[in-house]
Amino acid sequence: MGDYDIPAHFLLSHIIHNKIIKPKPITARTIEIGAKYSPEFVCTPFKYTLGTLIEGLEQGAKILIQAGGGCRYGYYAELQEQIIQDLGYDCKVYNLVTAGKTDIKRIYHIIKEIDPKASILKALYYGRITKKMVQYMDFIDHYMRENIGFEIEKDSFLNLKEEMLLEFSKVKSCYQLKKVYLKYKKKFERIPIKKPERPLKIGIIGELYTIMEPYSNYELERTLASMNFEIKRFTNVTYLLFEKHKKTKQYLKDASDYITYKMGADAIDNIARAKELCLQGYDGIIHIKSSFCTPEISAMPIISKVCNDYNVPLLFFSFDTGTSEVGIKTRLEAFYDMLEMRR
Amino acid sequence: MDKIKIGIPRALHYYYYGDMWRSFLEELGYEVVISPKTTREILENGCKCANDEMCLSLKLYLGHIHYLVGKCDAILVPRIDNYGTYNQTCTNFLGLYDIVANLFKIPLLTYNVDETHKETEMKAFIKLGMLLGKGKEQSKIAYFNSVQKVEKEKKKKRKLELEKLSSSKKKLLVMSHPYNFEDAFIGKEIKNTIENLGAISINANALIESNKNDYFEFSSSLYWKYNKDLVGILPFIKDRVDGVLFLSTFPCGPDSLVNELLMRKIKMPYLNLIIDEESGSAGMETRLESFIDILEQKKVR
Repeated sequence: MGDYDIPAHFLLSHIIHNKIIKPKPITARTIEIGAKYSPEFVCTPFKYTLGTLIEGLEQGAKILIQAGGGCRYGYYAELQEQIIQDLGYDCKVYNLVTAGKTDIKRIYHIIKEIDPKASILKALYYGRITKKMVQYMDFIDHYMRENIGFEIEKDSFLNLKEEMLLEFSKVKSCYQLKKVYLKYKKKFERIPIKKPERPLKIGIIGELYTIMEPYSNYELERTLASMNFEIKRFTNVTYLLFEKHKKTKQYLKDASDYITYKMGADAIDNIARAKELCLQGYDGIIHIKSSFCTPEISAMPIISKVCNDYNVPLLFFSFDTGTSEVGIKTRLEAFYDMLEMRR
Repeated sequence: MDKIKIGIPRALHYYYYGDMWRSFLEELGYEVVISPKTTREILENGCKCANDEMCLSLKLYLGHIHYLVGKCDAILVPRIDNYGTYNQTCTNFLGLYDIVANLFKIPLLTYNVDETHKETEMKAFIKLGMLLGKGKEQSKIAYFNSVQKVEKEKKKKRKLELEKLSSSKKKLLVMSHPYNFEDAFIGKEIKNTIENLGAISINANALIESNKNDYFEFSSSLYWKYNKDLVGILPFIKDRVDGVLFLSTFPCGPDSLVNELLMRKIKMPYLNLIIDEESGSAGMETRLESFIDILEQKKVR
């Protein structure tokens, strides 16, 4: 998912002694395979992840790890294992989170099952570094999103980020990690940008997989950056793993004039964020999700009501395996023109 | 003074808890208005209110609410989250109350079942009673009386369904949420078609027994309550029917995964029917006909 394979690989390679196969970046072929073996109207991330898993198997993987989550994600692993076994591969799929719940014990058992020689102390030590690493990455991403639309030299941000990730993957301790982070933070701040006084600001909300995997949203952020937007996005791994449980209550309170109960996955988060973005004076909101994402579908009528009340333009995107890139670009351009005219 | 009228939409939860609500509310002295069986008009109104990617069952629900607006003083829209960590419901059920509250301007009655946060069904019903201005004890008694009544009804229904199993006709087990199969728009035509073709349909929902549940044979990590209940009866009933009909609406979240898994694991003839608002009956009939033909041929051999 996005660049997060680097910390994931970092963590696993230090904990277990098995050989780890890095997933190939998602291509059209991944999706084709995934869609071919998936049920017809399952949400799109299922197809993407299934495609990725099968490509991993083709490279010789035996054990696959699926993260799982609150809504349908939690049930992916079992069905995907069945599909893969029906295809004739011999493998085991491990699911880290099910029914929206997980605990250390479960993860411990999984690690022990995969590699009985794994050391738990080591796991905790590297777990801490990985947590920090993800947080630093998300900080940098946040800064990038605000400024990448105004870079003078093309791709200067992306190139520097790649360099940083390479160094991140080699660190051995928290101290080293922090040093690398600070070094690159300064470098990022020194990248020349030409930012107007009041740039068009846009907030992206929506379903987590689609938001975090650039391929599945057809490089939406990059397209927006090329249109000189300042982008704000909330969902990232830091948020999902370390902040979500703290913030849920706050979100419910913030949006209490629209919602009373939790609605599953990130639905209420997105409603509250939509309201927050409206109040902060953002020029527009883009809501993206994969097709058939049930929690987001329930949230959509409420989000449109919020935006209606605050009079903020809102654009919905629903991505499936067959969405055309040109259509998305046209809609984005029209949205951009509309926002500029409103100014 | 006239009695206060409370509306109940005949969709989604109604098929699980409808009798319960009716007897609970009537016991407390309210008039209950239940929307009529689904018609084409209700569906069309529902589609207008709904987001176009919502599942057909939810669209029907909104259609029923649309019908009830103006015909009663308040509508009962419960929010049922889970019966414990591994007994969750579909996410549509979690958001139902908020969706309706945002789409329609009418007073809503609600109760919240969320056992992971210690909100049990009994507590929820007592709260509902107190919200209506009744005493705690009175609500409690009404709740227990309704539970008993509903249990009796369920047993009767189960017995009737079990009797069907001894019929000599071809038996088709229909695996579907009750709000699909028992709905007049979605399920009735299918039921009639099956009967016209000389077979018999067995409603898996009526057979569910809470203490007899063996979903583990098919799926180890299943955590949707309603699907779990359905899957749980399969091991007991599998050998006594000739074929299985999976019936789901487009695009049902849990069904899309669970039915796919079942189809891969169940070693007997099955048919997968997916219904949306545009489905014509002719296509459905052809598929059912050929499926039943296959079952007939299998037996001859």
